[in-house]
Amino acid sequence: MHFVVCIKQVPEGTEVEIDEEKGILKREGVESKLNVYDTYALEAAVALKEEFGGSVTVISMGPPQAEAVIRESYMLGADEGYLLSDRVFAGADTLATSYTLASAIRQLSDADIIFCGMQTTDGDTAQVGPGIAELLGLPHASYVKRLCTLEADAIILETDMGDGIESLKIELPCLLTVTNEINQPRLPSFRLKQGTKNRPVTIWDHQALVGAKQGYFGLDGSPTQVERIFPPPKSQEQVIWQGTPFELSQRMCAKLRELKYI
Amino acid sequence: MEVCPFEGITMEGGQVEFTDACRLCRVCIKACPTGAIWLEQSDAGPILERDKYKDVLIFAEQRQGRIQPVTYELIGKGLELARCLGQEVIVFLAGRDLKAQAHELLLYGVSRVYLYEHKALEHFRIEPYTSLIVDLVNDTLPNILLMGATPVGRSLAPRVAARLRTGLTADCTSLSVKENGDLVQTRPAFGGDVMAQIITPRHRPQMATVRHKVMASAPRLAEPKGEVKECAVDESKLKSGIAVLKFEPYQITTSISDAEIVVAGGRGVGRPEGLKLLEQLAVEVGGALGVTRPLVEQGWADYTMQIGMSGRTIRPRLYIGCGISGAIQHVAGMRGAEAIFAINSDPNAPIFDIAHYGLVGDMYEIVPHLIAMIREGDDPNGVFQLS
Repeated sequence: MHFVVCIKQVPEGTEVEIDEEKGILKREGVESKLNVYDTYALEAAVALKEEFGGSVTVISMGPPQAEAVIRESYMLGADEGYLLSDRVFAGADTLATSYTLASAIRQLSDADIIFCGMQTTDGDTAQVGPGIAELLGLPHASYVKRLCTLEADAIILETDMGDGIESLKIELPCLLTVTNEINQPRLPSFRLKQGTKNRPVTIWDHQALVGAKQGYFGLDGSPTQVERIFPPPKSQEQVIWQGTPFELSQRMCAKLRELKYI
Repeated sequence: MEVCPFEGITMEGGQVEFTDACRLCRVCIKACPTGAIWLEQSDAGPILERDKYKDVLIFAEQRQGRIQPVTYELIGKGLELARCLGQEVIVFLAGRDLKAQAHELLLYGVSRVYLYEHKALEHFRIEPYTSLIVDLVNDTLPNILLMGATPVGRSLAPRVAARLRTGLTADCTSLSVKENGDLVQTRPAFGGDVMAQIITPRHRPQMATVRHKVMASAPRLAEPKGEVKECAVDESKLKSGIAVLKFEPYQITTSISDAEIVVAGGRGVGRPEGLKLLEQLAVEVGGALGVTRPLVEQGWADYTMQIGMSGRTIRPRLYIGCGISGAIQHVAGMRGAEAIFAINSDPNAPIFDIAHYGLVGDMYEIVPHLIAMIREGDDPNGVFQLS
């Protein structure tokens, strides 16, 4: 079977500096890493490959430096990687991102199960996975927390619906977005790091995606537009207490009593 | 160069360069005093005929035949938006045997409930639900379509948006409309460091999801208003590659979303034992324990305990945050708390910007005292024995 995993490089931390004068926020020394939920998606695919055979392909859309997360997934058991990188793809919202990734997966033509993390840690929208499934015309399940049985033409699994667990049987090919309960991702392997040093990462630009509509990529293909960004509002009535830990505890305890919380 | 939040502009040899870090956020265009920066954008798609689209369509989510509470909150916001534009709120409801529930929705001020009943719609399955909503959108041409940011809504909304090729904004914390009908959607963005106002200027319907407990519920009226329209379900729309084998509801609902008091720990907790300490505090004040995202990523806590954009939204009476810096990603999920206490050793932590009561100090030194004092109750001597 052919398992495809969609991955994303995201900023490491969310530490920011606020420029009060200009009213803007500045990121300082942003490190990048593989979106944590994607590590669970990759582990799910690699584990299935190890049990049932087949291959694992990872796909990412991003700037050239996003090659790092493809290399990282080679150390985690992926066989092949594609980086969709082109200035035309920049400024994509979730729809244009879904379109670009879906176009690439269509080009691969033989995916049986597509795995995505349940969301990214920078956008938090959870929209790209279902968007890809729609554009490929495949059934999908979000928040998959357990894979039960893989059959030749279907997979039985459990999803977290917030109020309970739903067991589903989904026909292949399909797309699944997974939670961090689904498995325990392995650590990058030093042996694979050495062994995959020379393995190529295929770079695809928009021309490589045959049949895709250019107006559907990037900023032009994004129905949503960011109109304005601003720092978060502050709340009005505030007291800041300083002092020894004991004094602070006393004040807080007294306030909690006064407000009848304890 | 300084205005760029992503360090996407560099200067080399007197030449301004835009690097791959550029997110096309357009902050620099607005900041440029001479108008020297612009963005070439082709006019893709036809010009939008705004007048053709009106009304706010709400997806009413039912689980086991029960209307989910976020639905009433969406109706509340929908009525407010519709009133601004002189329009109405209409509702999509699908499932099995839901006539009573459809009539109940009329008590919240909506004009029409489009009801789709079929045994194949009893459980949520993505393809039939997507097809039916898309059909209703094409028949009614709503200006706005709102869904709850629940597991169902977060799965369904992106598919509907992709099929309609329209814009969708997840987890909005505020929604308003411009006179021309454009929906102004506010949410934390770019990893949660900033708030972003997002619009969908050239596509309809404008789609947004909103989490439970973010908007106020519509009041229940004494008399119903509007009508229930029973819609025929076309069998060809029911095709699905998914079979629901069984559903097991969670037994205990000790969800932090429902807790009246929440004690939360963040990155400043530093080590797993710190959470044990906070759990004790939570027990003492009769509350639940929550965490921020880094602790879930560390594997110290389950994501069901996570408060914030990527976790749960809470509106407790009392919130006590320990070792939490106050990234928007977290704050967006708890700013609705009635009273916010924050303990952090960094006096410049942004959590103090939103906390009502801020304690500058080390939680490892403060919390044990606090636990002891609460335990000792009204006996002040008991407290002083500690020191």
